[in-house]
Amino acid sequence: MEKYLLRNIENPNSADINEYVKAGGYKALAKAMDMKPADIIEQVKKSGLRGRGGAGFPTGMKWAFAAADPKMPKYLLCNADEGEPGTFKDRPLLEKNPHLLIEGMIISGHALRAKYGYIYLRGEYPQAKDILEAAIKQAYEKKFLGDNILGRGVKFDLCVHQGAGAYICGEETALIESLEGRRGQPRIKPPFPVNEGFLAKPTVVNNVETFSNVPYVLEIGPEEYSKIGSSDCPGPKLFSVSGHVKKPGVYELPMGTTLRDIIYTHCGGVTGDKKLKAVIPGGISTPVLPADKLDCPMDFVNMPKHGSMLGSGAVMVFDETVDLPKVCLRAIKFFEHESCGKCTPCREGIGWMRSILGRICGGTGNAGDIDLLLEVSKNVMGKTFCPLGDGAATVVQNFIKNFRNEFEAHINNKVRAER
Amino acid sequence: MKLSDKVAAEINSIKSRYQDPRSCLLPSLYVVQKADGWIAPEAMAAVGELLNVPGATVKGVATFYSMFRHKPMGRHLIQLCTNVACLVMGAEELVDILKGKYGLEPNGTSPDGRFSLVIMECIGACGTAPAMLVDTDFHENLNEKNIIDTLENYK
Ligand SMILES: Cc1cc2nc3c(=O)[nH]c(=O)nc-3n(C[C@H](O)[C@H](O)[C@H](O)COP(=O)(O)O)c2cc1C
Ligand code: SF4
Ligand code: FES
Repeated sequence: MEKYLLRNIENPNSADINEYVKAGGYKALAKAMDMKPADIIEQVKKSGLRGRGGAGFPTGMKWAFAAADPKMPKYLLCNADEGEPGTFKDRPLLEKNPHLLIEGMIISGHALRAKYGYIYLRGEYPQAKDILEAAIKQAYEKKFLGDNILGRGVKFDLCVHQGAGAYICGEETALIESLEGRRGQPRIKPPFPVNEGFLAKPTVVNNVETFSNVPYVLEIGPEEYSKIGSSDCPGPKLFSVSGHVKKPGVYELPMGTTLRDIIYTHCGGVTGDKKLKAVIPGGISTPVLPADKLDCPMDFVNMPKHGSMLGSGAVMVFDETVDLPKVCLRAIKFFEHESCGKCTPCREGIGWMRSILGRICGGTGNAGDIDLLLEVSKNVMGKTFCPLGDGAATVVQNFIKNFRNEFEAHINNKVRAER
Repeated sequence: MKLSDKVAAEINSIKSRYQDPRSCLLPSLYVVQKADGWIAPEAMAAVGELLNVPGATVKGVATFYSMFRHKPMGRHLIQLCTNVACLVMGAEELVDILKGKYGLEPNGTSPDGRFSLVIMECIGACGTAPAMLVDTDFHENLNEKNIIDTLENYK
């Protein structure tokens, strides 16, 4: 497949507007400016594009909800919080291809009649901040941004808003709270952001990669776009692959590429040709899979049928030497650290799970600890205010489901996880 | 405490980017932290006054976000990731090395005031793990040797 999202990124000046224009950039914007907003939404709907932030919600449908709300002004927010462990797919877009994101946001802003956009960028990407701000400045100079875009009388302002190290701010309502200058704690839904989001106005939140697909839809048309990859969730997809593979990195592949293809064809297989033990396919919150479950097409529709989820497309590969209870413990420590504290099952339950896992991995676990852990996880699952708590419970339940013997070995042999 | 003229001017210039002055809170805290290296309680109160936000609210916000520092830091800040991808690629050994070589403990500062160490959740460099940020520079594919070579460039 020809690259679109990552095209031209080997060019050391790929973030410069002139290089981007030379490679065909901002053509879709010119096209969009001659289209009615409703027609752009219609094309995005027809394309079948689904959000790339994790949940896979149909983008055109989300936009239509916001467009149908009469309240003005409307806001456009880019979720560049990329905090799901294992995920580094938005980083090359932000650092190497910022104009693709900017172009996608201007087109989306026009479609939604939004005049203001913000890129909520995680604090851990200081370089991306400088690169984005320089790129935005260039876009203003070329009149792609501002009060009179390409002389068509359309206005759109865009700026970067830096987060400060809180994973929960990737959740869209927490992101909005944070942008409003508050602690990043999720809001109750409904009302959904499309009706009452930033400053209580209709707000569309999309992921970096989602916006970056929008120019492509307009360039090749929704029919051609919908032919790429899986039929019910088409398009190119970025996969960030880490852990024990020979060639880790970010890969742009058609949606629906199998996990096996990703690991063995594109990433060259397991490092040192060791045996594969486990894979987390979509970021730490998605269910871990054993080595014999690799033939699943990586997309939003098929992954649930194979016992996991596409999530953010962050593939983490573990070879035979990895102590999985220890990985599970580290993952739960992450959730404990990132719990926003708003609801009890998450705030307290994750602490309990960490404590039990800690003694199992410390070689002082008790015979009933695995069942106790599952019991606690059930009291978290489905009972929390936002999906962060469910994510933690999912991790515990699936590590135990697939690798219970490893937890038992720690308990029975009283072995401490190796350092 | 009064904010320096420079800091106050920078905060005021941020206001035009937002429809609601309250949105300036996080960026303003960043301005203070960039100038002072940390955010003193008095600075929080001063930011509150400038933005017309109660001091207690500023404190509540500033302490929610893990990248705001509430005590003075060393000259260079090491933010080392130990999340899963970095863990399986050897991040724990690196924590030990920093302790041995510089007397650095997580959340601590080396006795000579040169480095502070903060353990991070994923910093988006999992494909080149283990990884750290030193101040605002990424350093990736770290190992027991090159981490020291790298840090020796920060005086
Ligand atoms: C705990 C949590 C963390 C999330 N983190 C991110 C993130 O870092 N980036 C992102 O784009 N979406 C993240 N999401 C999903 C967002 O809430 C939202 O669904 C997404 O930004 C919508 O954009 P999309 O439709 O383009 O995918 C997160 C959700 C939850 C519950
Ligand atoms: S589930 Fe956790 S992160 Fe989500 S609202 Fe509750 S405490 Fe906060
Ligand atoms: S796990 Fe360390 S950078 Fe992602």
